[in-house]
Amino acid sequence: MPDYEAVIGLEVHAQLKTASKLFCSCSTAFGSEPNENVCEVCSGMPGVLPVLNRTAVEYAVKMGLAVNCEINERSVFARKNYFYPDLPAGYQISQYESPLCGPGHLDVETSAGPRRIGITRIHMENDAGKNIHSSAENVSYVDLNRAGVPLIEIVSDPDIRTSEEAVAYLKGLRSILLYLGICDGNLEEGSFRCDANVSIRPRGQAEFGTRAELKNLNSFRNVQRAIDYEIGRQADLLDDGEAVVQETRLYDAGRNTTASMRGKEEAHDYRYFPDPDLIPIQLERAWIEKWAAELPELPRERRERMAAEYDLPAEDARILTEEKGLADYFEAAVAAYDAPKKIANWMVGEFLRRLNETHTAAEDAAMGPESLAALVALIDKGTISGKIAKDVFPDLFASGRAPEEYVKAKGLVQISDAGAIEAAVDAVIAANPAEVEAYRGGKTKLMGFFVGQVMRETRGKANPQLVNELLQGRLG
Amino acid sequence: MKIPPQEAARIAALARLQLPEDKLALFAGQFEDILGYMDQLGEVDTTGVEPMYSPAEHATVFRGDAAEKRVRRDDVLANAPETDGTFFVVPKIV
Repeated sequence: MPDYEAVIGLEVHAQLKTASKLFCSCSTAFGSEPNENVCEVCSGMPGVLPVLNRTAVEYAVKMGLAVNCEINERSVFARKNYFYPDLPAGYQISQYESPLCGPGHLDVETSAGPRRIGITRIHMENDAGKNIHSSAENVSYVDLNRAGVPLIEIVSDPDIRTSEEAVAYLKGLRSILLYLGICDGNLEEGSFRCDANVSIRPRGQAEFGTRAELKNLNSFRNVQRAIDYEIGRQADLLDDGEAVVQETRLYDAGRNTTASMRGKEEAHDYRYFPDPDLIPIQLERAWIEKWAAELPELPRERRERMAAEYDLPAEDARILTEEKGLADYFEAAVAAYDAPKKIANWMVGEFLRRLNETHTAAEDAAMGPESLAALVALIDKGTISGKIAKDVFPDLFASGRAPEEYVKAKGLVQISDAGAIEAAVDAVIAANPAEVEAYRGGKTKLMGFFVGQVMRETRGKANPQLVNELLQGRLG
Repeated sequence: MKIPPQEAARIAALARLQLPEDKLALFAGQFEDILGYMDQLGEVDTTGVEPMYSPAEHATVFRGDAAEKRVRRDDVLANAPETDGTFFVVPKIV
């Protein structure tokens, strides 16, 4: 059996966070009543004229600039013709021969080292509506609220070789979109969607194999699993002397398989042609320069700056800067209490774990950055032990209560008063004469036992360092 | 340009039109006439001439990004062949 190499290209659709649609002034608000945000333009009535949303163009150009794309000062909208009930005009307004952004690239980190993934193009288009299928009735329902919402489609070169690279690339794009504040990046709600073109070839072969297009990849985990499944499926076909068919396949997350969308998509023939309702976009050099100057610090720059400025391990800096909200949280916490490494440890560990568990964004956490900083300060001051901090973390995270007030109210303040600890030490020594004798006889490993006993006696509140010192004094 | 009847059938299918078999040659012939007429443009030497996508020469017209509700849902749905007052209702898709 030959050793295969996968060739993967990704098409990412990102909904732009404009207030109004791409070609009309209907709201883009998610979750409105069905068909509330619909007018004659986005419902495809005859004789209407689309008028381009300037902010959508600005956002698309900013994304292009952020991923090193050439910006085409002149680009053209084209009609992509197909029939589907969620596409009222019978065509999608997209860009074909002359997209807004030309070649660019994104550098990603993988376990095998850094990789540069080429970006073929970024173009603008409008979204389709939503169909709701009834299993009971012989009809489908169409909601056009989403029809006409601006999208950018980011098309990668077929540079991706593994599912891990694919996910790293997607996370990189999403991170940039969030830093730019131009997309929600929500995979479940569909504001960030991905299709994957996957083929395999014997390692060393220059020509590409026949590809399948995977759809319905609505989480990073599903992207990874669907690509891995598809690579295995194609390898099995080739090993058995069969051919891969060029087709669109739907990923089924429940069964972790892909299945052909047979029949539904015969050979595409979209008959693209320039949309006669829209004149070409002509960007002025000055606008592009202004938008370039407005670009915020992007994930990569921020990662490098934070790693250097706070002396953080590379991996911590990467994790903390992946989401803008998390990086902002970190810097706010450090501003409140200057202990970047300790704050990073708490964030990468406990804090992030709980954010993930509760599906909460850092900026929405009840426990604000000042609270996390205060908790770290309490440990540093010896008010509470690290162990107690860990114990109370879930409560603080969930309630957002101020750590000082919380540990006082719960009587968790660490005992750093030698007198109080001495009493416990004496009690433990008195209660364990055999262990004391063994310790004095050379079994110094028993120190751990004594420390444990004293901590139990003080319900974990004794300052461990003091306990050690006092025990050594008594037993020595 | 020669347009075979099967090509006329394919174009009709893409446009969701059902042409009777005996009309395919007629429409193929009309396609040929139209395309042949347009082919005259191919005789002009356009070396070095930028493609023109629109005869309009004014600069790009933009709209500011402000959301506005101009149309009531009832009015939008009034044009639907079938509606339940909330959705457009269409023949079952899947």
